[in-house]
Amino acid sequence: MKSSALSAARLVLVRDLKLAFRKRGQLVQPLAFFAIVTTLFPLAISPELARLREIAAGVLWVAALLASLLALEFLFRDDAHDGTLEQYALSGQSLTWLVFAKTAAHWLLTGVPLAVMAPLAGLALGVPYAALTGIMAPIALGTLALSLIGAIGAALTLGIRRSGVLLTLLTLPLAMPVLIFGAQATDLAVRGASYAAPLYLLAAMVVLGVTLAPLATAAAVRISLE
Amino acid sequence: MSRRSIKAEQLHLWRGVNHVLCGIDLCVSPGEMLVVTGANGSGKTSLLRTLCGLVHPEEGRILWGEQNVRQDLPQFHSELVYLGHEPPLKGDLSARENLRYWVGMRRTFTTSELDAALIRVGAGGWSEQPARTLSAGQKRRVAIAGVVLFAAPLWLLDEPATNLDVDGQRLVSNLIEEHVTAGGLVIAALHHELNLKSVATQRLELSSR
Repeated sequence: MKSSALSAARLVLVRDLKLAFRKRGQLVQPLAFFAIVTTLFPLAISPELARLREIAAGVLWVAALLASLLALEFLFRDDAHDGTLEQYALSGQSLTWLVFAKTAAHWLLTGVPLAVMAPLAGLALGVPYAALTGIMAPIALGTLALSLIGAIGAALTLGIRRSGVLLTLLTLPLAMPVLIFGAQATDLAVRGASYAAPLYLLAAMVVLGVTLAPLATAAAVRISLE
Repeated sequence: MSRRSIKAEQLHLWRGVNHVLCGIDLCVSPGEMLVVTGANGSGKTSLLRTLCGLVHPEEGRILWGEQNVRQDLPQFHSELVYLGHEPPLKGDLSARENLRYWVGMRRTFTTSELDAALIRVGAGGWSEQPARTLSAGQKRRVAIAGVVLFAAPLWLLDEPATNLDVDGQRLVSNLIEEHVTAGGLVIAALHHELNLKSVATQRLELSSR
């Protein structure tokens, strides 16, 4: 019996999660990067909490953006090498659903851990306790938008060796709105103000990303398989 | 089994300045096999990838039955299985898990079907080991179990017997014979001669550039 598109997408998601937990190196790398960058700032700037609190949102966001870009390179790399991506394209299932499942797995493995870790890094940067939950939501939403946007770039640069720099150059301009509104939301949360407006804008970007990015990613995968 | 045949008409494929496929015509009907031969770099893999729709030829068309495959690629894909020269297996998953995820995307199958396919290729004893601990020949056997498990009418195989021992090559010949006898279609790029006496075999020799 033919598998449905949804059950095929679920298999891709489960498979990627299982693979990531068997090979933990790639899972830990962006998190370690995030932890190192955010803890270096207090050492480099000043241990004064009042000053750190001023820049906390910016530091958290730049570190989260770079950490999630760092992980993007691996999104399709292994699957392209061993022919798994070819088999996805030939599965008779909608490639859009399959790459969406891969992107979702990527977010669960990088974005969600980053969002969980952000409050800890926030504490080191002098963020008040009351604001800790408020910095998780923008980072969780923002990294989802980044994964969706980044997947397009990752698929486009598949055929290129050492594609890391090009991938960053391609993705960064598109990631700017996410950075701007994400940092603003986090900054408002740190100050104890309402951060709903920028958060809604982030959510709008996620909705746009969910509807359009997988289509573009699937098209890019097909091109790089030729 | 499908009663459709696969036909290619005047396929031309360019890769940069290389004219890889120069006007290939072929027609394979149910119950037939086509063996594609040719030197390294003569375009065997390109031909198979073009036939399965991964690569768009610059000219010519491919017909599945009466229909151009471009009109409904997902439908065409759900009736074929393509095995490239690298088995599409993940080193960190066992043979069993690999097949469950790979073939499961296409069709649902029972555990007993999976067991039967694994035993058929002689993988019964090591189906729970991570694929990275397997030898190249063992990986190839797992990939062939996948091909069987897909239960698709059209098989496109790129050097299916690479890395296999004598016993494994016999296994591949037997599986191909069974598939063709049951009304399936096989197009295979082959370097080694497989012992295929009992099936109707066409040959296509690709000239090197």
